[in-house]
Amino acid sequence: MVADTESQTNELKNVTSGDLAAIPIRFDETWYSYGEQVVVRDINFSITPGEFAAILGPNGSGKTTLLKLAMGLLKPTSGSVLLFGQPAHTFKDWTKVGYVPQRTQATESRFPASVKEVVGFGDYTGFSPLALFKRTNKERIDIAMEIAGIQHLANRRVSDLSVGQQQRMLIARSLVRRPQLLIMDEPIAGVDAAGEDQFHAMLRQLNSELGMTIVLISHDIGAVMREATTCACINTDIVFHGPVHQLDAQALSKLYGFPVDVLMHDPEHTHR
Amino acid sequence: MNRAIFASLLVGATAPAFGVFLVLRRLSLIADTLSHVALAGVAIALLTKAAAPFVALIATSTAAISIEELRQRRLLPGDAALAVFLYGALALAVVLISLAEGFNTTLFSYLFGSVLTVSILDILWMVGLAVVIVVFMVMFSSELAQITFDPDLAQTNGVRVHTLNLALAILTGATITVSMRVVGVLLVGALIVIPVLISLRIVNGLTRTVLASSMVGVLMSASGMIIAFYADIAPGGSVVLTGISILTIVELFAFASRWRNRHRVGLESFGYHKHGHESHAHGATGDGIHADHTHR
Repeated sequence: MVADTESQTNELKNVTSGDLAAIPIRFDETWYSYGEQVVVRDINFSITPGEFAAILGPNGSGKTTLLKLAMGLLKPTSGSVLLFGQPAHTFKDWTKVGYVPQRTQATESRFPASVKEVVGFGDYTGFSPLALFKRTNKERIDIAMEIAGIQHLANRRVSDLSVGQQQRMLIARSLVRRPQLLIMDEPIAGVDAAGEDQFHAMLRQLNSELGMTIVLISHDIGAVMREATTCACINTDIVFHGPVHQLDAQALSKLYGFPVDVLMHDPEHTHR
Repeated sequence: MNRAIFASLLVGATAPAFGVFLVLRRLSLIADTLSHVALAGVAIALLTKAAAPFVALIATSTAAISIEELRQRRLLPGDAALAVFLYGALALAVVLISLAEGFNTTLFSYLFGSVLTVSILDILWMVGLAVVIVVFMVMFSSELAQITFDPDLAQTNGVRVHTLNLALAILTGATITVSMRVVGVLLVGALIVIPVLISLRIVNGLTRTVLASSMVGVLMSASGMIIAFYADIAPGGSVVLTGISILTIVELFAFASRWRNRHRVGLESFGYHKHGHESHAHGATGDGIHADHTHR
């Protein structure tokens, strides 16, 4: 049924031929353009259950646009994007998906909500007229804050947080609902080195112990090589998609348009 | 007089609560635009002898939806859309006024507010709309909070952002319609925005901010009305000036406490320890918060 994805490796093709509804994300001849300018050109690939996929690409390569297409925030100019088998822009079952954006509108203003309140947004399961009087799922919210390492900030005002702390708050928010698919757009921009290690440990745990499918936009090629299982290199077109250990200097050079040395990894050790 | 007090307290409680969402989404000026649209609505009503609140509500809702759609579809930048509607409505009002002279005094009362002349019918309109606004805010509390925080995140959380934005636009029109009798079309924006700015300084938490805005609004309206009564000045202006005075005091306090904090942190770095409660609260948290704190 989905055997027409020629650009994929054989390994992935076998998995994607399963039930469409089980496939977290599937791009099918997806195009997107802002006016005349094509930013996403004929993208074909799927993110399979349990995958830890990193999306690499230079600035302005269409990575964020690709995630916005996957989240249904943009509608493809042509082709389709399926989220668990449904077109992303009419997708309803949002409890399956956690999304961590690059930044939010509110964090720059004097937004008065506490960290706990924002993390609590993740507990939302749909309109309920008496929501104001209902108890929130305190336990889940606390656990999510603990995983993201922000329990001590629970009562702080959102606008008082540093960029890294805001990111962790957004991660906690996305974890409250225990999603099957976690999508993150450069989640650790502004996090210090120690925080980065913590963050990667957390992702590893979510992926391997809870089987969460993770899609991560990243600039950190080294971290991608260590942590991710697969990798998609995007520069308007798809340059490479496959297991991380197959990613080589050639593909990276093609991606960034100049020679890239891949000194920090060794094919034998990339698979954790 | 009783009616006037009731009306101003009702408006003082409702308009700022709703205003929280406008201020936080940086849409404060939409109130100003819609109030001029309401004025055009009132002019039409006076000309056709229809019920002014009803026509004003229709006019503001239509304008609010159009502005929202223009913004959504990026046909016009948000502030340009606001400007077009503001001047368009004002021009229409001026033309209508010139067409039928003779209702200038009534129109004047809408411009600057005339809470002392509100009729029972006006009160009924105000109560009806206020109830709708409050019920909406209670029912959609979570959705409103999420959209205000970030529309994209709200959408990927399953909130129907577009529909709610339209509802919000209509209710903004309703809020203006409710408020314009008390402070007048020209000052409606102030009544919606100023209590929110005060509350943002004094409380934390979104729900609390909404409640506090409502209370500050009541305080501002009540004291403004009392001052207006005894000093025999225009109630609308008195209410808004009272609000601005409170805002100034609160901002001065905030400035003073920031200055004191900075001073204290400065001394601490020279080994002078004075145990303020705030340094305790932050003491256990670690991870760079101290650094954050001292930089401010």
